Amino acid sequence: MSAERRGAGLEVEGLTVRYGDGPDAPAAIRDVDLQVAPGETVGLVGESGSGKTTLALAVLRALPEAGRVDGGRISLAGDDLLAMDARALRELWRHRIKLVPQNPLPSMNPAHTVGHQLAESLSPDRPGRADRERIDAMLDAVGLADPGRIRRSYPFELSGGQQQRVMIAMALLGEPELLVMDEPTTNLDVTTEAAILELVRGLVRGSDTAVLYVSHSLGVVSQLCDRVEVLYAGELVECAPVDELYDAPRHPYTVGLLDSVPLLGRTKTDAPLRPIPGRIPDPTELPPGCVFAPRCPAAEEACRTARPALESAGPNRLVACRRWREIADGDVSARQPAPGHAEEALEVAAGDAPALSAIGIEKRFETRRGLMDRLRGREAGAVKALRGVDLEVRQGRTLGLVGESGSGKSTLARAVIGLEPASDGTFELLGVPLTRRLERRDREVIRRLQMVFQSSDEALNPHRSVGATLRRPFMHLAGLDRAEADRRVARLLESVNLTADYAARMPDQLSGGEKQRVTVARAFASDPELILFDESVSGLDVSVQASLLNLLDELQRERHASYLFISHDLAVVAHLADDVAVLYLGQVMESGPAGTVLAPPYHPYTEALLAAVPRIDPHVAAARPPLEGEVPSPRDVPPGCPFATRCPRVLGAVCHDEPPPVTVDEDGRHRIRCHIPRDELLELQEPLVERVAT
Amino acid sequence: MTRYLLRRVGFLALTVLLTSMLVFAVTQLLPGDPARIILGREAGPAALAQLREELGLDRSVPVQYLDWLGGFMTGDWGDSYGTGQAIRPLVTERLGNSLRLAGLTLLVAVPLALLLGIVAAVNAERWPDTLISVGSLAVVGLPEFVTGLVLIQLFSFQLGWLPANASIPAGTGFVAALPQLILPALTATLVMLAYVARLTRASVLEELQRPYVRTARLKGVTGRSVLLRHVLRNALLPAITVIAISFGWLISGLIVVENVFNYPGLGRLMTFAIDRRDLPLMQSITLVAVVAFALANLIADLLYAALDPRIRLS
Repeated sequence: MSAERRGAGLEVEGLTVRYGDGPDAPAAIRDVDLQVAPGETVGLVGESGSGKTTLALAVLRALPEAGRVDGGRISLAGDDLLAMDARALRELWRHRIKLVPQNPLPSMNPAHTVGHQLAESLSPDRPGRADRERIDAMLDAVGLADPGRIRRSYPFELSGGQQQRVMIAMALLGEPELLVMDEPTTNLDVTTEAAILELVRGLVRGSDTAVLYVSHSLGVVSQLCDRVEVLYAGELVECAPVDELYDAPRHPYTVGLLDSVPLLGRTKTDAPLRPIPGRIPDPTELPPGCVFAPRCPAAEEACRTARPALESAGPNRLVACRRWREIADGDVSARQPAPGHAEEALEVAAGDAPALSAIGIEKRFETRRGLMDRLRGREAGAVKALRGVDLEVRQGRTLGLVGESGSGKSTLARAVIGLEPASDGTFELLGVPLTRRLERRDREVIRRLQMVFQSSDEALNPHRSVGATLRRPFMHLAGLDRAEADRRVARLLESVNLTADYAARMPDQLSGGEKQRVTVARAFASDPELILFDESVSGLDVSVQASLLNLLDELQRERHASYLFISHDLAVVAHLADDVAVLYLGQVMESGPAGTVLAPPYHPYTEALLAAVPRIDPHVAAARPPLEGEVPSPRDVPPGCPFATRCPRVLGAVCHDEPPPVTVDEDGRHRIRCHIPRDELLELQEPLVERVAT
Repeated sequence: MTRYLLRRVGFLALTVLLTSMLVFAVTQLLPGDPARIILGREAGPAALAQLREELGLDRSVPVQYLDWLGGFMTGDWGDSYGTGQAIRPLVTERLGNSLRLAGLTLLVAVPLALLLGIVAAVNAERWPDTLISVGSLAVVGLPEFVTGLVLIQLFSFQLGWLPANASIPAGTGFVAALPQLILPALTATLVMLAYVARLTRASVLEELQRPYVRTARLKGVTGRSVLLRHVLRNALLPAITVIAISFGWLISGLIVVENVFNYPGLGRLMTFAIDRRDLPLMQSITLVAVVAFALANLIADLLYAALDPRIRLS
């Protein structure tokens, strides 16, 4: 291939994709342009329903059967992709375009070894003859030590991070001209995400591969991409070099997105989130004028009647807003209004019991002992998921619980709620010990202790209306009659910013954010003292997440409820929580007021987690390499400090052999479990991020 | 894998043991006194008591069970009440016949059903799919004796190609018996074909939706290889279980087909035993059928493990 042809990269012009037959079938993508030059990384950003995945699949010529291109042009190095027949497409897929998908495990065949599937990428017709050395070299290049073992493994035997590295190796083996990455880090831990991003950055740098990076995460995109395209409801609304987009967004939707993301270092009190009201329109019911006008704070009459043209707003910048100049000059604000701030939370008297105390909580899972083990006299093994956890949730406050997967966060939540009772230790609700098993708890305790799960889809009965779901706690736990319960349901719906007529709706008529509001409403229905949130805002779009976070904050002030808020997302926890606890392998490594935990001196694990969070600022980057390795299996916890195997500040034998002491600051609230004394930790601390040239 | 194998074999032994108890208990509950059945209405109480003692029926039920099970294990399956013949040679000969019929049926039915299922799935919602679905449903809707009689009418009476009577004499070799086997095997095939074909279709369609299929296509693997190398291996898993269950049915449940063709299989021997209240014969046939069924399931489990590494390795 001549350098000249490669020079053009990916070019998409005026692309429209419809789902279904006929000229009036709903269009998921309308008249979209996109260019990715060789060696360039372009981010494609938008919330669910924006059409970013449809656009990526159209570029790959891999739209689902119902989807079809209805106008426009897609070319790679000048070759028309839309004109290709099946044979030409196979050649395109073999050598020129590769995809790294969102979920690596289901994207691999469970019945074949990883090696076989990699070989197939190199030699699709005869995988048996593929060049094994090239595969091993590639596995090595994506940071997988011991390529031989990886090759012989089946996908389910690898960790999530390893699986995604394999998918990246699979894509790069073809030496593609265009690499499409579809949310490749979305379901990974923050530390694994940082390592994968570091890997991608290293692989892409200096190569002439064009990379299209699809993501909902503004942080990831800001750290990785040269240019960003923002999609909304199937249309391109803004396109700019990454630093300009973040420094000076022109389109009100981009502004709204940036204002919706919780930032590390800002909290609910000093920078409330400004969510975008309403929801993204369905392609079947588009507004007549600008698609964003119904949700736009700067919309004027003309915006609602005429569709804005995509205008040039400077070199390399495009924006589809008729008021972009006024926004650029500061004559008009494109920011959503900040939520009205209620008075400070009620002060808690010093002598008051905490809403929840966990005292020495242990959780063991007995490994199953088969008949053969019994005959051989083998002892039942035990996996210790929680090892002496002490925590306090203050009344009317939020304790944020963070840690990677396998740290024991969810196990702790399930132990508090009684679904998987603790093996040892005590929970106290307002100073009164809780019975361990949920079945043995009386109604009053259940009323006072509620939980909101991650997946509202699974937590709501699809055959029961919203009203019926919300009525139950009033009738069952509060003993109200039907009419009074219905009145309370209506009030409750309003308190979670839904209208009373939602009571008649079924769960499948609600958007993801609305469903999660209903599960929040259900938790509040019984007027509980403590609510557990287990990843309850994860997996939601940023604007939806922002309004939910604001809602939780508001409800806490109004009702004086206490929260145990579990999340893998440190920025979200830092935004919402008054206190933070960092869990690793079933032990609390650091805990205390949020401002203290998230500021030096840090526990080395907290430090690593904080450094891994992708900053929503293209001018800064993590100042240190991401944490290596993965959380060890709870089956073989190191005898000394659990974090010693990965700790960048490990002292030596003492860390590996002796359990570290817990030290407390003068206030008696900030605790660190580490062999390194606090003052030394403070001295060791360097900035987490550094400024970079963009 | 060895661990898995040992567990499956242990499981099999336990299943057979429990079923043997069940079989024995059920036959005990059947009405009628075996001694009276053997000696007839006119027999006097003394003669009856003497025969009961000879047969061991005066002992306690657990003792009788252990005696019977011990005999079965050591090869002494007792004598038939009805004919006075030794049971073991009778049952093993009939078992041989049933295995032949089952083997031939599976040999025809399984590849055909898988092929039809795959063709239907690949052409989902198009005419080959409709044809296969409608055709196989129409056939499965007919009772076995109707299918059998239609086949006899066509191939024996009209065309004269195959014999209508499949009563092969004892000791006939497989090849010599083949002409007689074809029509009963075809009838049994038609009965199970639709079920396996539809299951295969559903399972192939489900696998085709999985993300790994897209990954394979986007590597530039040809459609044929995607199907053969990726989809089939995973899609066959549910079919294996169902085929193992049909094997049990073919061994001992083919009563109607065997009767239509006068075929000397286990099913017909079972009707004979039930007619005559021949308890030892019933017990032996049932236990043999259970063992055969359990073995078929063991083979299915092993095939499953061979195809699915998640079972083999965890």
